[in-house]
Amino acid sequence: MMVKDTLLGKTLEELIQITADLKLPKFAAKQIADWLYKKDITSIEEMSNLSAKARAALAEKYDMGIILSTKVESSVDGTKKYLYPTNLAHQFIETAYIPDKKRSTLCVSSQVGCKMGCLFCMTGKQGFQGQLSSGEIINQIRSLPERENLTNIVYMGMGEPLDNVPELMKSLEILTSDYGMAMSPRRITVSTIGIIPGMIEFLNHSECHLAVSLHTPFEDERKRLMPVQNVYPIKDVLQIIRDFDFGLQRRISFEYIMFKGINDTPAHVKELCRILDGIKCRINLIRFHPIPDTPLEGSDEATMEDFKEQLVKKGITTTVRRSRGLDIFAACGLLSTKELVKRQEEEKDF
Amino acid sequence: MESQTEQKNKLSTTIVLENKAIAPGVFVLKYKKVKSFTAGQYIGLTTDLGVTPRLYTIASGENDTEVQVLYNLKDDGWLTPRLSEIKPGSELYVTNPDGDFIDDESPAWWIASGTGIAPYSAMIRSGLHKNKTLIHGGRYNHSFYFENEFIPILKDNYIRCCSQDKGEGLYHGRLTRYLQDVENLPTDCRYFICGSPEMVVEVRDLLIKRGVKYDKIVAEIYF
Repeated sequence: MMVKDTLLGKTLEELIQITADLKLPKFAAKQIADWLYKKDITSIEEMSNLSAKARAALAEKYDMGIILSTKVESSVDGTKKYLYPTNLAHQFIETAYIPDKKRSTLCVSSQVGCKMGCLFCMTGKQGFQGQLSSGEIINQIRSLPERENLTNIVYMGMGEPLDNVPELMKSLEILTSDYGMAMSPRRITVSTIGIIPGMIEFLNHSECHLAVSLHTPFEDERKRLMPVQNVYPIKDVLQIIRDFDFGLQRRISFEYIMFKGINDTPAHVKELCRILDGIKCRINLIRFHPIPDTPLEGSDEATMEDFKEQLVKKGITTTVRRSRGLDIFAACGLLSTKELVKRQEEEKDF
Repeated sequence: MESQTEQKNKLSTTIVLENKAIAPGVFVLKYKKVKSFTAGQYIGLTTDLGVTPRLYTIASGENDTEVQVLYNLKDDGWLTPRLSEIKPGSELYVTNPDGDFIDDESPAWWIASGTGIAPYSAMIRSGLHKNKTLIHGGRYNHSFYFENEFIPILKDNYIRCCSQDKGEGLYHGRLTRYLQDVENLPTDCRYFICGSPEMVVEVRDLLIKRGVKYDKIVAEIYF
């Protein structure tokens, strides 16, 4: 059976090409975009302002691309974790919906699994199964039951967004364009461990905020926690940030998971201040909740508070991120790992 | 004035000296050396100035006049199908060598799967082999690239773990099983791991379970 391409995730330019190929009127592309990104239909048949002929021509070659979640887990604190199947057989991604008083944030995935192998990450233990298409990224927002409540989107789910730049950039265009979901780019944050070519592309061609996973200011220590340090050292990542004009509105933040006795000492405060000197930024301190087979433990509350105070005293805006959805493992890839059907043994011969 | 970033990413033109298949779908590309490097470093490589270079760890020695790159042909990739067609004399664009996957003379175990052997090849060809044990995992008996150079130098400290084929001198099984089977796995030396994300993560977990401290483990992942 022929697998049809999906309309969801297509930019307006791509939709114009599709309508031209199908010999549909030019204005049909904008109409399709409206149905895809502004309305709440689930099938091409429901695109009622398109002619029957146009709908038939579209449906012959394309699916809408709406994928409903197959599982949802709810936390006592209101956080929900949705599991979506992907176009890769037997593979799943997680999307976390995090409502708060004034804002509701959606944490979306950009890849199935992850290649980066960070020591503290559960998703990394799944290995890498594939890239999500922009349609699959957008679907996490489009198919969300709470879609209307969303105020913020963070690309901090499974995968490294800047290892999937073409699809990431398409999804950001759709989220922020007038023809698409018309969200303010100031409501969207993309998180990276510092893939430099992708960072340059992202900074130059989007207006969204950037969050960099730092986790330690010491290069040797970072190398042990995050293999990417061997290829894209943090000093080079920071140089890119220094060279770039973020303007007044665009924000750069640094994610810092705190590991007991490893990266939570006064020496780390001092070195953080040194390497971030001159960068207008925020540091988000994150509690570490141990995953299976990890040698790392999270710092205790008092140490985290003290660490924060020391940074604040040095003039760096610092927050301790509230843990959400702990009872449903909303932040670590466990749900999709449980659902992951292991690949054939021969694919893992080494 | 150029920023530090622009300087670092600057491309140099070089000439292809040789481009040869050494196993099914696996090639060694040789080009004229442009800049000196430290064994274990990588370069960015592209055939087209408009396309972001892909990263490859250098496989040749620091003192060689040519640079060798070991690559797998990926049919759905952009660069490797083009690379596999390239003829000697053609132009290539390379970045300056960079990277921090670098060893010294202290005892270490080197662990690689497939083309992850490249940095260790560079290290051995640069004279770094004393106190080293190299574990190389591959699916078939033709998966042990550069083995003819390693065997005489490393002797019993070169272990080839082959999951699909059997043969003289090969350990039959995955390298993870070999590491589980080793009775006295040292915990006081450093471990370098290079290869696919799955292999790196699985081996790192295994070493930690066997008592190796995480800060003794240095990993390089192909992404």
